Amino acid sequence: MKVKVDSERCQGHARCAALAPELFALDAFGNAHAIGDGSVPAALTDKAYLAQANCPEFAIEVNDA
Amino acid sequence: MSTRPPVDDWASDFDHLDPRWIEDPYPIWDALRAQCPIAHTGRYRGVYFPSRFEDVRAVAYDTEHFSSRQIMVRDTPPPRMPAPPITSDPPRHGPEKKLLLPAFTPDAIRRHEPRTRDICRALIDRFAGRAGCDAAADYAQEIPVRVIAVMLGVPEEDGALFRLWIHEILERGITDPAAAMRGLSASQRYFAAEMEKRRTAPRDDLITHLANAQIDGKPVDPDRLIAMMRLLLVAGIDTTWSAIGACFWHLAQHPEDRRRLVAEPQLIPTAVEELLRAYAPVTMAREVVKETTVNGCPFKPGEMVLLSFPAANRDPAVFADADRVVIDRRENRHAAFGLGIHRCIGSNLARMEIAVALQEWLPRIPDFRLDPAAAVTWSEGTVRGPRRLPLLFG
Repeated sequence: MKVKVDSERCQGHARCAALAPELFALDAFGNAHAIGDGSVPAALTDKAYLAQANCPEFAIEVNDA
Repeated sequence: MSTRPPVDDWASDFDHLDPRWIEDPYPIWDALRAQCPIAHTGRYRGVYFPSRFEDVRAVAYDTEHFSSRQIMVRDTPPPRMPAPPITSDPPRHGPEKKLLLPAFTPDAIRRHEPRTRDICRALIDRFAGRAGCDAAADYAQEIPVRVIAVMLGVPEEDGALFRLWIHEILERGITDPAAAMRGLSASQRYFAAEMEKRRTAPRDDLITHLANAQIDGKPVDPDRLIAMMRLLLVAGIDTTWSAIGACFWHLAQHPEDRRRLVAEPQLIPTAVEELLRAYAPVTMAREVVKETTVNGCPFKPGEMVLLSFPAANRDPAVFADADRVVIDRRENRHAAFGLGIHRCIGSNLARMEIAVALQEWLPRIPDFRLDPAAAVTWSEGTVRGPRRLPLLFG
């Protein structure tokens, strides 16, 4: 599984980084990106979906590999 | 308040300053969402009111047809009062917002958390030994002015000045242009002097950061910087005060939620999101600058749109049990801080202040209720929150 942040849509609400700090980080302006290549360890699957479901801008993609 | 005629039909003649709307807007919005999801009024020179999440979102995303150059809905055209970046449209908006963003990231805000805790504790010390307090006036109101003073790098006591200017510019200024001018020029002089001080003696604060700001390698017009500082006051004070007050209004009436947060303080950040969803304080506005349609409804240039994030947050198409506070709601993509490019720059600050306000209060005063002998009053206009919130402790 992989997560990805659509940087065109992200407006820096920072919900993903608060809910799943293992998967998402913020840049100097507070906008989000996936950490590393966005791979989600099995133990963090729920957190990936939680971050997606809390993004007000619908900016997070979760892809089942 | 007003001499405006009473409202018979909310769909075609709504009035967001009607006492019924101010007291309890949610049933009105629910009815509109079901019957006429984009309401209109001829009052205030013509205003639209989308009540569904999708329609609010569509307007917020469409900066081509809906401009932020005018964000107040009034009977008479207000004076031009730029407050960048909230009143800016693309392409000017992006670089202006980028000047401010680094000071408002979660990491940057975390630095102000210890001071915010001290502020909350000192306020609670004043009334913890009494039978009760006014949680709006004695607590919620006092927190954001002090925290923004800390961030700007000015004395906390100057918060009283900030409140006076806001009152003159936003409240009295609606009917009294001289009051608005007084607030504007007093704040202008204040921030010009503070910037001047920092030119010779820079500090680690937001005024220094802005005084040295550049866009495309060029210094920014000082008047525009001052307008930004004024925006931080206007946008960061009433709004957070309202949000904190609404949390206490809810908890005073829902002992089950209160006890849960006392017993499980780790739930507070989740609860803050839900209380922000249910009682989102801020409604924004846009000016229609080009004819368009949203969800089949035509929008005429020159009229305004009330962009009700609070109504969007109560849309049952997006939120299960939308009208109920579910204190541990896990999936919550609420729009309390707006959607699109104008996402509230202070969202991380507001979240920190609200959480700290609850974390510091609940262990000290775990039991409280509304004082049955005194009335709760609500603000009028587009920032909604309790202005008097008399509580009894124990």
